[in-house]
Amino acid sequence: MPANYLWLIPLLPFAGFLINGTLGRRLPRALVSAVALICTAIPAGLVAWLWYTMLSPGAPASIALDSGAWIAVPGFHADFSLSVDHLTLIMLGVVTGVGFLIHLYSVGYMAHEEGYWRFFAYLNLFMFFMSVLVLAANFLLLFVGWEGVGLASYLLIGFYFKKTSAANAGRKAFVVNRIGDFGFLLAMFLLIAHFGSLDFSTVFSTVGAHPEWLGVRFLTAICLLLVLGAAGKSAQIPLYVWLPDAMEGPTPVSALIHAATMVTAGIYMVARCHLLFDRSPAALAVVAIIGALTAIFAASIGMVQHDIKRVLAYSTVSQLGYMFLACGVGAYTAGIFHLLTHAFFKALLFLAAGSVIHALSGEQDMRNMGGLRKRISITFWTMSAGVFAIAGIPPFAGFFSKDEILFRAFNSPGPLGKALWIVGLITAGMTSFYMFRLWFKTFFGELRFEEATLESHGAAVHAHADTKLTMVAGHDDSHTHAVHKSPWIMLFPLVILAILSVIGGWVGIPGHSAIEGFLDPVFASAPIGGELPAVATSSALELTLAIASVLVALLGLYIAWLFYCRKPGTADALAQRFRSAYSLVSNKYWIDEIYHAFLVTPLLMFTRGIVELIFERGVVNGSARASGMTVRGFAWATRNQMSGNIRSYAGWLAAGAAVILAAMIFGRALWVHL
Amino acid sequence: MVPTSYYLILAAILFSIGIAAFLIKRNVITIFISIELMLNAVNLTFVAFAHMWHQVSGQIFVFFVMVVAAAEAAVGLAIIISIFRTRKTLNVDELDMLNH
Amino acid sequence: MQLALFIIFGILAVACALNLLFQRHPINSALSLVVVMMSLAVLYWSLGAEFLAAAQVIVYSGAVMVLFIFVIMLLNAGEEHRTQGSRAAYSAGFPGAAAIFCLLTFVFLKERGPLGLAKIGGDLSNFTDNIAQVSQMLFTKLLLPFEVTSVLILVAILGAVVLARKEQ
Repeated sequence: MPANYLWLIPLLPFAGFLINGTLGRRLPRALVSAVALICTAIPAGLVAWLWYTMLSPGAPASIALDSGAWIAVPGFHADFSLSVDHLTLIMLGVVTGVGFLIHLYSVGYMAHEEGYWRFFAYLNLFMFFMSVLVLAANFLLLFVGWEGVGLASYLLIGFYFKKTSAANAGRKAFVVNRIGDFGFLLAMFLLIAHFGSLDFSTVFSTVGAHPEWLGVRFLTAICLLLVLGAAGKSAQIPLYVWLPDAMEGPTPVSALIHAATMVTAGIYMVARCHLLFDRSPAALAVVAIIGALTAIFAASIGMVQHDIKRVLAYSTVSQLGYMFLACGVGAYTAGIFHLLTHAFFKALLFLAAGSVIHALSGEQDMRNMGGLRKRISITFWTMSAGVFAIAGIPPFAGFFSKDEILFRAFNSPGPLGKALWIVGLITAGMTSFYMFRLWFKTFFGELRFEEATLESHGAAVHAHADTKLTMVAGHDDSHTHAVHKSPWIMLFPLVILAILSVIGGWVGIPGHSAIEGFLDPVFASAPIGGELPAVATSSALELTLAIASVLVALLGLYIAWLFYCRKPGTADALAQRFRSAYSLVSNKYWIDEIYHAFLVTPLLMFTRGIVELIFERGVVNGSARASGMTVRGFAWATRNQMSGNIRSYAGWLAAGAAVILAAMIFGRALWVHL
Repeated sequence: MVPTSYYLILAAILFSIGIAAFLIKRNVITIFISIELMLNAVNLTFVAFAHMWHQVSGQIFVFFVMVVAAAEAAVGLAIIISIFRTRKTLNVDELDMLNH
Repeated sequence: MQLALFIIFGILAVACALNLLFQRHPINSALSLVVVMMSLAVLYWSLGAEFLAAAQVIVYSGAVMVLFIFVIMLLNAGEEHRTQGSRAAYSAGFPGAAAIFCLLTFVFLKERGPLGLAKIGGDLSNFTDNIAQVSQMLFTKLLLPFEVTSVLILVAILGAVVLARKEQ
């Protein structure tokens, strides 16, 4: 594929955004969907062609395209340049492939929404920015994509903008992301200061040319700031709080943005900058610890959530923690591998959850679900594939990638590695438990979904008027209130993703790992803690660890079965016994409230007290009022001059004459001196 | 031989008296008269300068000033007459209908 | 002799101007102005502007001031009375006039040197008399303003007639 076509990959969705955004309100729905789908399908095709080009024998390991200067001042320049290497190929495959499937799904899911055109416009805008992000060949262009996906995320989370909680969630996501972006910006400034350029090639080759730069402070600073940015975008501690709230958006948004693509941008960025991170063991340790902590923390919260989407949200945070952990121990390939498989099964899980919600006309609370196995069978089977995949049960996809991460963690030097492994193992057990809990509660048992409760409302499948759990909003009543199946356009992507969740892991079977060889050109130059240990250690150890993880996963399955199938009341009884612990976890450890009390409230007090008082009232209002008063004053003076009294006119005449006289006599002297 | 400045100072005196009368007096016609006094003072200044510089243009100017003063006096007095007919007063403080 | 002429008629002019200021009846003010104009005519003559002196007597004091006196008598304006407004005017008018006077005098005295001396009669150029000089300028170089001025007078006449007409 000629390099010039690379720009089509982002620009076609942008064109779709422009068309749907400006004209979409007046176009018929079929046309809106057609535009959106075409503008996503063609880039997917182009990516396929790109894969073909770069996999054919004799193909270069990377393609670069420089499209002209953006900033060109003496001392610094940045271009509109794109580059594609194998890492980019994987990311592009995920973005365009999964993106296209989700667009297809949304045509069915959002069919009854108002603002249909807006949804697809924003979705295409997101595709544009995400493509720019992964194709960028310098930090600046990457940052454009980075910010842009944050914007698209805000627009889409707050899609139901009339609902206060949705609008708040959108704003929260944007603000928290901004904190991460601040770190990213500082890192870019440091990069310019130390390297004079933001191009990947320049920075990385400079680092490569200085093998003595190991553990130096400025590199650690840059890496830590980049980690801050990644933590914001990929929802790690301490900036994960926006992701659960982001479930206010429509389910396809959660699938695309908050599972498969945007949240993986942080991981991608860390992997892309692996040459920097490898030179800073401190930063890598921080990454690994943050990843592990986030994984176990989020998993613990996910175990007690009742909203099906919330469980999946916390699961996403937890799995992203795994990816961070992988990067932190230097196993970038494993991290990207898990990113790939996670994209498949998490998108699948979200879309299937959307299908369940659609079937139940808007019900999201798992306590009101059950026994749907036979009613919505295709959804059941596809979702099961996803559940087994994420739980890490072989031969599904999640097993291979998660296992690779745990193996690498165990092997990384120092006691930290073993500790990370233990944390990862426990989290795997928790993951299995809560996913199977979800599986059992939704599909097995007796039908708890009360069709009668919906009689009085018009059931809105997709718009949720108030907070998390159930529905109430106007909706044209073409659905009956019984459980009903989803249309084929929603089921087709589910099937594709289910197949991928089953076979997707087979590219990374240890010992015959295709993905490792594929990503070698990208990650091979990692002198510290990189791919080398993998070759060195024995496969017996790997097998042992693999068996350990499978056992843990099966343990989670068993406990979930026990709690929710065999003896359905067990979970509630336990919750009662350990009431304080349960309330701590089910209230998300009160983190949101802590942030609100310690960060948000003082900030608001500062803003309202000082900034508003001084700037708003004093400066802004004051200057506005002052200019008004000045005009009034002049008007008053002038008004008094026009009194209608002839005598005063005479007086003014004389005064004016005197002034002119004085000006002529003395003004001359002044003028001469000037 | 009289210094030219004496003539000019005389003109200045007349001018200031004219201004004082212009501001102080209440009768409209007296105000007009004071305007004529001011014009005369200025005429004297022009003639003095014409003499000083041996130019005739100063005197020409005076000529035109006189003509214009005459025209202005005619029209102004006609206006005063017509105002007097309606308002029956020549007190300038009572002629305040310019601004309602 | 020129000095004596100047002093006598100068003081006469100033005295009558002050009389104009302090008289309460307008007719007294008008008559004082006539005297001022006459003394100014003498001063013009002493400065070599004979034509202007004649024009001043004939036109200005002979026609314009007579018109004033006609109107004063026609309207039968009476004496002025003290009112509150006039007191305020006193307080503003005198200082203002004094200020202007000081300003002008200051300038003229400062430039006393360059202003030089005025010869009686004066000599403008090689012309024999002043009127020839004036008409030479007026009918050649300033012909257009001259004609326009006559139109101005015509307009003023018409205006005065229209304005002073009784309403039918």
